[in-house]
Amino acid sequence: MVIKHDENLKVKKYTPDLFEPSNQDAIKREQIMRPEQSFWQDAWNRLKKNKAAFLGLLIIAGVILLAIFGPYMNSHGYDEQDLTRTNLPPKIPVLENISFLGVDGKDIRNVDQYASKNVDEFFWFGTDELGRDLWTRVWQGTRISLYIAFLAATIDLIIGVAYGAISSFYGGRLDTLMQRIIEVLVGIPGLIVNILLILILKPGILSITLAMVIVGWIGMARIVRAQILKLKGQEYVLASKTLGASNQRLIWKHLIPNTFGPIIVVTTFTIPGAIFTEALLSFIGLGLQPPVASLGTIVNDSYKLLRIYPHGMIVSSIIISLIMISFNLLGDGLRDAFDPKMRK
Amino acid sequence: MIDYFEYKIKICLVVSVETRSGMKIAYNNMEMKDFNLMGDGGYFMFRYIMSRIGYMFVTLFIIILLSFVLMQTLPGSPFNDEKLPPAQKEILYEKYGLDKPVAEQFVIYLKNLSQGDLGVSFTFDNRPVTKIISERIGASAVLGIQAILLGTMVGLLLGILAALRHNSFWDYGAMLIAVLGISIPSFVFAGFLQYWVGVKLEWLPIAFWGGFEYSILPTFALSVSVVATIARFTRIEMLEVLGQEYIITAKSKGLSSFEIIGKHGIRNALIPIITIIGPLIVNTITGSLVIEKIFSIPGLGEQFVNSIITNDYQLIMGTTIFYAVLFIVVVLIVDILYGFIDPRIRVAGGNR
Repeated sequence: MVIKHDENLKVKKYTPDLFEPSNQDAIKREQIMRPEQSFWQDAWNRLKKNKAAFLGLLIIAGVILLAIFGPYMNSHGYDEQDLTRTNLPPKIPVLENISFLGVDGKDIRNVDQYASKNVDEFFWFGTDELGRDLWTRVWQGTRISLYIAFLAATIDLIIGVAYGAISSFYGGRLDTLMQRIIEVLVGIPGLIVNILLILILKPGILSITLAMVIVGWIGMARIVRAQILKLKGQEYVLASKTLGASNQRLIWKHLIPNTFGPIIVVTTFTIPGAIFTEALLSFIGLGLQPPVASLGTIVNDSYKLLRIYPHGMIVSSIIISLIMISFNLLGDGLRDAFDPKMRK
Repeated sequence: MIDYFEYKIKICLVVSVETRSGMKIAYNNMEMKDFNLMGDGGYFMFRYIMSRIGYMFVTLFIIILLSFVLMQTLPGSPFNDEKLPPAQKEILYEKYGLDKPVAEQFVIYLKNLSQGDLGVSFTFDNRPVTKIISERIGASAVLGIQAILLGTMVGLLLGILAALRHNSFWDYGAMLIAVLGISIPSFVFAGFLQYWVGVKLEWLPIAFWGGFEYSILPTFALSVSVVATIARFTRIEMLEVLGQEYIITAKSKGLSSFEIIGKHGIRNALIPIITIIGPLIVNTITGSLVIEKIFSIPGLGEQFVNSIITNDYQLIMGTTIFYAVLFIVVVLIVDILYGFIDPRIRVAGGNR
């Protein structure tokens, strides 16, 4: 009801007829108008609204599927050498007729390499300097790069969460001691330790992963510790304690689930970091040894041929960049999605 | 005591995460609440610096120990050669002190290190590692400083622009550049830059080190990630600062928007950005390993990569220790600087 303001009226009279009783329905008043949403549903809904992050998620899903099934999609093996078909540019059936796509089997000098080398087959990404099919190799390499990255991220997660949770939950002297250790470790430059360890252990999937994990878990441990220190003092934890919950229950049921957001975000950013580190190590000669390939070693190998046969470098670097971009976009989106301040 | 401790958490969070994309998360987790660090007349600051220096030495010791163990265990060093007759082996062992117990060898190693002796290179006719490093550091330093200066300036411009035109075409454009810059590996960028600008267009020299024009392409390639990181940080900081109440106060005082942005906005936004300069320098040095290799620049990074390929362990160790000292000292200096530069810390100290 709108009361029109009368200029002549100095004192407004509020008469009872201006008011009407509100509906005091006790049940309705307590009703929650919003549909109930769990933490995960809420985060998922917000993630879906973030177009860039969702695109990142889709690309990651696509890349993972291709990394699993890609190597089986044609009949070539990833280490199958054939010197009669070296350095063939990409050629894809049907798409070869669209000239601007550049997948018609012609190299940069416009020579149809397939015709001149008498190759009837199609190599979707072309071949490398030993005649190995790049499609198979690239997806095999993606598989290994992703494997290293996920393995490193998982081990980081386990060590980091356990360390951070124990350190912050028990506090006191234990916390001080554990933080002293971290402070010493944190000063060690990551790449230097990676290089030293790989020199000792010899390059391989496990040694590269291990080298990355050695200092990689520290970031996670710190963030978990900071988060749990903040949560520890909150009332619901005190309530649970008063009700007689054990430490184990407090940590696993109350503290760690509430740090899931930051944990997932950190892990999402660890993965592109690990892929990058692995590629960097390959580039300085400490990567996987042939015939095993990762994306990093493929980029490195094809870089040497960039001026004559650019297709290998173009394909492999597009895929490595695409993976890194997608994970970064997803990580940004997840951070926004898990941030309770974003709740509308 | 709590203030001191929380300050440490904050600083450590910012500094610790070295992955390029990780830095932002770390930043978001830092608590900006306690600036009463100097509460007791600078005592805590002093203690903080001293403890940091203490940790620095422990960290260095671990790296040196690791490199020493590496030297001891690695196969294929000239001393383990199977063809070496025992008599010659003995002479070699005596000359290099390898017949002594391991602990004593380590002490000798430390002693040599403290005198700046990093050993001699196997592949460069026994030239001392220190000399090789000092000959090579010039090109790397020029490249690194140029990349950081260029990257910081472009990054600041992009970030400020994105914040001022929030949610506009400029904002999205700048952030797209930032995501690409953070995501695309520097060696991919360097490779294609070299190919298109150097080989195809022939505008700039493809490789090697001569005049200024030789440094343009590698500087660009190296500064990409700096631009991206600084731009993202600046944007967030600027948005945060522009939403503060003192900006409204400044507006209501009738200041021009130029003054508001320059004096109140940028100056306050810049302070936290200093914290990422340390990790950025470390990243740039790391990045220079591949960039120098791609552009065949006679710098320390290229030397390091070559020494890995040729298994020149003395050179690897020497350079590793040099890099480690450089990293640790840079991060320490930046951290301490941050404590002094942030006026809020000083003000809080003066009040008590």
